[in-house]
Amino acid sequence: MYRSALLLWLLCAVSALNAQDDLLSLLGDEEETTEYATAAFKTNRVINLHSLENTAAGVLDFKISHRFGMLNRGAYELFGLDAATIRIGGDYGITDRLMIGIGRSSFEKTYDGFVKFKLLRQSVGKRKMPVTAAIFASTAIQTLRWQNPDRENYFRSRLYYTFQLILGRKFSENISLQLSPTLVHRNLVEVASEANDVLALGGAGRIKLSKRIALNLEYIYVLPDQLAPGFGNSLSLGFDIETGGHVFQLHLTNSTSMIEKGFVTQNSGKWGDGGIHFGFNVSRVFTLKRQK
Amino acid sequence: MKNICIILSLTLISGQALFSQKYFTRAGKVTFTSEAPLEKIEAANEKATSVLDAASGKMEFAVLIKAFQFEKALMQEHFNENYMESSTFPKAVFKGQIVNPSAVDFSKDGIYEVKVAGDMTIHGVTKTIEVPGKIRIERGEISASSVFELTVADFNIKIPAVVRENIAKTVAVSIDLNYELLKS
Repeated sequence: MYRSALLLWLLCAVSALNAQDDLLSLLGDEEETTEYATAAFKTNRVINLHSLENTAAGVLDFKISHRFGMLNRGAYELFGLDAATIRIGGDYGITDRLMIGIGRSSFEKTYDGFVKFKLLRQSVGKRKMPVTAAIFASTAIQTLRWQNPDRENYFRSRLYYTFQLILGRKFSENISLQLSPTLVHRNLVEVASEANDVLALGGAGRIKLSKRIALNLEYIYVLPDQLAPGFGNSLSLGFDIETGGHVFQLHLTNSTSMIEKGFVTQNSGKWGDGGIHFGFNVSRVFTLKRQK
Repeated sequence: MKNICIILSLTLISGQALFSQKYFTRAGKVTFTSEAPLEKIEAANEKATSVLDAASGKMEFAVLIKAFQFEKALMQEHFNENYMESSTFPKAVFKGQIVNPSAVDFSKDGIYEVKVAGDMTIHGVTKTIEVPGKIRIERGEISASSVFELTVADFNIKIPAVVRENIAKTVAVSIDLNYELLKS
């Protein structure tokens, strides 16, 4: 009898002790939420290629992209620094998944506009998705003076279209990889051996070296017998350096153009011959619409 | 004798139940403000969880770092990626105690000034803090609030030189919790 009372009392004491242990555990398991992977790349471009990332809703990303001349121009042209190709553009996030952009490149005096939409977003938690997938479509208008103004020229000859699927995954905090199957359509090509529709497969990755510096690599393989002789695949290597509102991308690339139609199909530079450009992209974001 | 024992035991249990009334919230509001010469940064989180044990004065709360909302998306990304490393350290947790629980009469309406001391864990670093707070009781409803400052460097969060003018060394934290009775 006395024992049973003691036992009860002990029970109380034990439960009282338990209560002191971890108050938050009393609430039980938390409701599971969906957690999307963020910042697979520091900005919406790897180097030339579009990355897995979009500009956030209500944010304008103003981009100045610049490629100096080729290193093999020698000391007379200070290894390419005397020449420059530039694209000035702006990207805007309509929603977190839908982004649009426009730009003007000095290379062939080309205007471009694009739409990029995230179909799938990598996530864990309630809704699990192993990869991010985006579709990208762009139109480029080349505005050089007609080479032969005496013949009949059509506006549509100036147009180029690109369609791309961007598929990738942020494997860890430091490593992200993506594949970009690409189709570039050219309404007019110069020689019969060039394909109007060029199929290519881009691959890109980044390794974060520190919180603010990342190493990027991208390569675009163009399926054989589609390009004019002398044009090759694009290979670029670069660093992202992030400082608050800016991302500086410094790189070496054999592509002169900074839009798909150019860097997929018109690379005359060869890494082996020093046909590479030093270049940079500067990205500055402006928040036009604040989050709630 | 047997009966006495049982009654005694029952009294003990019910007594314990009465005094160990616990309160909780899942929608606590935590905000912080960093005021630096070039930039004022504010973020809010309205999903803090907390449990308060009225009998012992013990309190705990937990905040999911990724649930902090900033007005600029990039700030939020940098906050998670570069400063809080929220994939590695997803939560900030406080476990502490009202230092002067006798100052609060949970059965009577009023605003009671308290001091809360305990261990704050942010970014994987635990630091003992003591902060002032208020407990407000109104018709049985309990709410708690506190405003205090935290030094960023104490939690091993590094601010690089380039943004020294943009991010303050100490941030003002404000907490608002509306408790509900925890039915167990």
